Amino acid sequence: MSTVAEHSHDDHDHHHHAPSGIKRWLYTTNHKDIGTLYLWFAFIMFLTGGAMAMVIRAELFQPGLQIVDPNFFNQMTTVHGLIMVFGAVMPAFTGLANWLVPMMIGAPDMALPRMNNWSFWILPFAFLILLSSLFLEGGGPNFGWTFYAPLSTTYSNDSTALFVFSVHIMGISSIMGAINVIVTIFNMRAPGMNWMKMPLFVWTWLITAFLLIAVMPVLAGVVTMLLTDKFFGTSFFDAAGGGDPVLFQHVFWFFGHPEVYIMILPAFGIISQIVPTFSRKPLFGYASMVYATASIALLSFVVWAHHMFTTGMPVATELFFMFATMLISVPTGVKVFNWVATMWRGSITFEIPMMFAIAFIVLFTLGGFSGLMLAITPVDFQYHDTYFVVAHFHYVLVTGAIFSIMAAVYYWLPKWTGKMFDITLAKWHFWCSLISVNLLFFPMHFVGLAGMPRRIPDYALQFADFNKWISIGGFAFGLSQLIFLALLIKACKKEGEPVSDRVWEGAEGLEWEQLPSPAPYHTFETPPVVK
Amino acid sequence: MTEQAYEKYYVPDESPWPFVGAVALFLIAVGAGNFVIEVSKDKEGYGGWILTAGLLVLLVMLIGWFKDQIEESRTGLHSNQLGGSYRQGMSWFIFSEVMFFAAFFGALYYARTISIPWLGGASNNAMTNEVLWPTFEAAWPLISTPGGETTEAMGWYGLPLANTIILLLSSVTCHFAHVGLEQENRKKLTWMLGITILFGIVFLFLQVEEYIHAYTQMGLTLESGVYGSTFFMLTGFHGMHVTLGTIMLIVMFFRVLKGHFTPDNHFAFQATSWYWHFVDVVWVMLFFFVYIL
Ligand code: HEM
Ligand SMILES: [Cu+2]
Repeated sequence: MSTVAEHSHDDHDHHHHAPSGIKRWLYTTNHKDIGTLYLWFAFIMFLTGGAMAMVIRAELFQPGLQIVDPNFFNQMTTVHGLIMVFGAVMPAFTGLANWLVPMMIGAPDMALPRMNNWSFWILPFAFLILLSSLFLEGGGPNFGWTFYAPLSTTYSNDSTALFVFSVHIMGISSIMGAINVIVTIFNMRAPGMNWMKMPLFVWTWLITAFLLIAVMPVLAGVVTMLLTDKFFGTSFFDAAGGGDPVLFQHVFWFFGHPEVYIMILPAFGIISQIVPTFSRKPLFGYASMVYATASIALLSFVVWAHHMFTTGMPVATELFFMFATMLISVPTGVKVFNWVATMWRGSITFEIPMMFAIAFIVLFTLGGFSGLMLAITPVDFQYHDTYFVVAHFHYVLVTGAIFSIMAAVYYWLPKWTGKMFDITLAKWHFWCSLISVNLLFFPMHFVGLAGMPRRIPDYALQFADFNKWISIGGFAFGLSQLIFLALLIKACKKEGEPVSDRVWEGAEGLEWEQLPSPAPYHTFETPPVVK
Repeated sequence: MTEQAYEKYYVPDESPWPFVGAVALFLIAVGAGNFVIEVSKDKEGYGGWILTAGLLVLLVMLIGWFKDQIEESRTGLHSNQLGGSYRQGMSWFIFSEVMFFAAFFGALYYARTISIPWLGGASNNAMTNEVLWPTFEAAWPLISTPGGETTEAMGWYGLPLANTIILLLSSVTCHFAHVGLEQENRKKLTWMLGITILFGIVFLFLQVEEYIHAYTQMGLTLESGVYGSTFFMLTGFHGMHVTLGTIMLIVMFFRVLKGHFTPDNHFAFQATSWYWHFVDVVWVMLFFFVYIL
């Protein structure tokens, strides 16, 4: 028995450098390794989902059906959405949490390191199942990432069963990841790291983790009902049996709306770390940021039916969800105000992370405004299921969530590798992305307002010009990400100038002040002193 | 946090089990997916075998992982702080289970208070009823669906009531087992734990009886409209949780016989007992909302 203890003790003494070989990655319990795995996985999924978007934009380059058949087009929109949400954005944030939360709160690792590894490794398998279903007879899922019944029940093909189980695994992964984050933050803060000293990235992730644990099981519930409706004759979503297809939408969006906040709250945290650094001023309104995050999270449970204004709900319900939705923009506005106020009269410099952060603030806010338009019930009757909605959620998700992830990677990458990334490439990446992303998504507002429906492979002739430009923007945005790929490969090969421990002049927090660059394999085996 | 003495937080070394567990879940998902297709469509295939293989790998993983875990705990590598992580982790896990059941309870309330009345013409849905199923009248339990399926409603007395009493008693005995553990009264611990397991098994047995009765005598099946759907999905998932809980209790029982657990080091036992109480609370909710009301 005691050999176990001894063994792991002396292991700890020499294992300040990372073990090597494939086993390191398969068996690891190290939060940095697991963070790296998550981040690379997310990036690969981002490129995969991006390739599908290219298929969609190629088909929509001109009116008429030309490149793919409609069924395949539907599979592309479906799997693109699923991959980007569950495979790219969420794992990227989890990867960042893995890398950063222990370093920011002065913990030796995540609270449950083996479970941490488990939550990562089930993800690639889940997407293997999802992607391989595309090659089955009859094709993969084609009912949209929201998989509304009866499209996903009565009218779907058999591979739906595989879709359901792969979603289950994604859910298990997210829940375990969230439990790990929440327990780490509750239980492993260094002495002195009290609640109101926690960096905002930690705060926002804490609240995100709570949302994840609360709503991922509901997603599991709804896919289970779908499975039994389709294969075992239950009637949850079948009016002939006393159920209701609209019930599907209620349960799905009870998960789905908090889910969109799961994809944006950590982004708020990242921006709240970056803006003060490059403005060389403390964050304006720290406490109000914390409270705003919490109110957004709570409100996000009572707005779900704004996705369902056109399903024929009673008027009182429509009004309730309209006002509740608009209420969310108040705490969101508080955040935007605070970021701008932080920059106000700061001595700002425009390093790459700051450029992404500023782009985030402007463009995310734009997405928030289109959200407000959609929240107005009578107006949504016109906009629902048009490209206007597509424009809305791509502004909040691409120039919001994804830009924040890129900002985060640029901000912390030198701390991780100890080397400055290739700044020239980074500038190219930023400007190409910024211009192309707006060419890609801005005109979608116009075609949407004019009535172009989403998720249809063909369109009326009057939309042709805009769609051509949208597609060109799409291809350009896709290509721009290859610059990022090149930059990341160079960074992982540890090319570049060595950086100081603080890396950025104005950076504050444990990871900059108390850790060398690159951060050692094990950090804070004894807790640091927090002032 | 003003702890003076700092205990090292145990960070385990590399471990193969999580990856093995990932392979297990992969096999389970692929197997279950194919199995569902094959069973419901009467097709030939390997789904069932892949699923079984996955479950076996999962079992191996659980045994291996828990063995490491138990060994670490018993050699004193686990600090109080780590114990805190486990306890909090378990509480959040149970919270996630609560939300899973909430989805199905939500479906039940929706069917009862919205979809069925609306199909019967309530609110602004007079035409829904008129156009779709003019003879349909809203009622709960929905023993006659709009589509024309009929069934019988399950009463709350008899087996369900007996099961409620059994499960409530088992929660009490489970609590006393815990008290026994804390008082270092091993005899009380062993007996009470044994009785709890027995209650769990009897509950499951009666539940199976009830299902057989429903299927063969009452015509109440998964397919008999939303009443049957919610009835079987809620009680079925609850039954699966009781099964898991009983297995956990049995494992605890053998560990107790081997002399494991002390008054201040018994996370596994505590987690199991929390889980058992949770399953119990869910049943009480079920008894009210599925059977009585
Ligand atoms: C100011 C805050 C926001 C408001 C008022 C708002 C409002 C809305 C409304 C009303 C819709 C439904 C439109 C329709 O289908 O007709 C919608 C769709 C959507 N929103 Fe937002 N939103 C806001 C912020 C966000 C954020 C922060 C995200 C994600 C990061 C997001 C992601 C989405 C997505 C993904 C959809 C489309 C779902 C689908 O049908 O596929 N929204 N939003
Ligand atoms: Cu929403």
